Amino acid sequence: MLNRIELLQLIEHNARISVSELAVMLNVSEEAVAAELETCKKENVILGYNTMINWEKTEREPVTAMIEVRITPQRNQGFDKIASQFYRYQQVSSCYLMSGGFDLMLIIEDSTLREVAQFVSDKIAPLEGVISTSTHFILKKYKSNGTLFEQKQIDNREAVVL
Amino acid sequence: MDIDYQSKVSSVVNEIKPSAIRRFFDLANEMKGEVLSLSIGEPDFVTPWSIREAGIFSLEDGYTHYSPNQGYIEVRKAITEYLERRFSLKYDPKTQILVTVGGSEALDLIARALINPGDEVIILEPCFVAYRATVTLARGVPVVIETREEDEYKLKPEDLEAAITDKTKYIILGYPGNPTGATMTYDDLSKIRDVLVRHPNVFVVSDELYSELSYTGEHPASIASFPELYDRTIVVNGFSKSFAMTGWRIGYMAGPAPLLAAMNKVHQYCIMCSPSTAQFAVIEACRNGDKEVEEMRDEYNRRRRVVVQGLKDAGLSCFTPTGAFYAFPSIEKSGLSSEKFCERFLMEKKVAIVPGNAFGQCGEGHVRISYAASMENIMEAMKRLKEFMQELKDGSVQ
Repeated sequence: MLNRIELLQLIEHNARISVSELAVMLNVSEEAVAAELETCKKENVILGYNTMINWEKTEREPVTAMIEVRITPQRNQGFDKIASQFYRYQQVSSCYLMSGGFDLMLIIEDSTLREVAQFVSDKIAPLEGVISTSTHFILKKYKSNGTLFEQKQIDNREAVVL
Repeated sequence: MDIDYQSKVSSVVNEIKPSAIRRFFDLANEMKGEVLSLSIGEPDFVTPWSIREAGIFSLEDGYTHYSPNQGYIEVRKAITEYLERRFSLKYDPKTQILVTVGGSEALDLIARALINPGDEVIILEPCFVAYRATVTLARGVPVVIETREEDEYKLKPEDLEAAITDKTKYIILGYPGNPTGATMTYDDLSKIRDVLVRHPNVFVVSDELYSELSYTGEHPASIASFPELYDRTIVVNGFSKSFAMTGWRIGYMAGPAPLLAAMNKVHQYCIMCSPSTAQFAVIEACRNGDKEVEEMRDEYNRRRRVVVQGLKDAGLSCFTPTGAFYAFPSIEKSGLSSEKFCERFLMEKKVAIVPGNAFGQCGEGHVRISYAASMENIMEAMKRLKEFMQELKDGSVQ
């Protein structure tokens, strides 16, 4: 029996494992894995395959900003309408509705400081329904999506252990 | 001045032979760092952070002293709760648990506290190397039952019956097993129980260090769970393998109170107590470690399948291991001895595995492959194994 959750966890961690390798790991046929992946795509369970990149190691020096937005929900539409006005911007990489002291969390990646400032003042703050914004910049990434940004643990075990 | 140091060493220590594969060890050590190591009998995972953190916190809190000989009572309670929850085994934390320096100390204590010179102890080879040594050091006589691949390395009741004599003190069962990856199900164990019921003087030492690493889908079975055997079974367990805590050196045994009191006599003079830091860490392991153990087990299980498939692709026969993190394929068709096979595989393909005869004479003709290694390394090693077998077949490598 193919365990969908286990399959998804595996490819979430490493999207490049081949179908045949997945089949061996999960002890099912390749056809079953391929069919399940296809189903997951159709059901929008699998939305895409991204690569984890440490941009800081490249010549580009993009900033990541997290913008907390407090808004007034709109009649009949709740928060969804106004959220859609934010997440349609290409530079918004993530958009979440939050519990707690603010309502929407927007994450902007791959921008410069100036671009973020301009985006907030031109596009977010003036929008009707926006009560306030608070912008935070990430200074250093230690871990993201379960992956450490620093050096991997070295194997310090003995050569042979019986 | 020439001193014959060898003559100064006790005869019983001299009796312990250097490992048959010493030369291979040296070679593997020399090449460490440039080879893929599938030769390591300990988890590649680092101890889960919450467990490490509990140890660190105890240091910050100033727990840097001796603990009671048997271990802190909180630790023994956490262990009994864990044993009951995971294995349905009930013990009194006050009298039936002894916290030791790894499972190895427990094996040694048992031998020293139970064996009179000449007493026989039944061990099942191929097996963990400490079984024989601890018995020999305690001046006992190891009696070997050779388990076989065609029996999936399970102990056959008739073999046990044949090995028992008037001198038999105890039998060491090590399931899930190193180096074979064999397990014994509840049904298998019940047949062993039927034999042992006929021999009330024979005790059972059940080494269950790998008990969390079982892939049969069945709940792990302990021979101590049979009421007929509970009073003469000592369960040896620990945290090294299942919780990835080898370097902490902490394990324990559970069993009849009077025997544990005897072990504790030896323990208090030799060791005093197991490390306090490690004791605090295992409270966390026992109480909140299940999820992390499960994640590691699932990962081992996937690796196991990759190794089994890899062996098949390389044309090697192997019974499908169901526990621990080892596969123990036969390499007889290569025409090489175990040691030669491993040596050439190491030199020619830069992969380290262990010759089967390291675990007893009957391990000859086999090799131990540990899948306590990253999936990436395992896949690469399996690829090289396939090439190696092909080259041996073609005779293209001399």
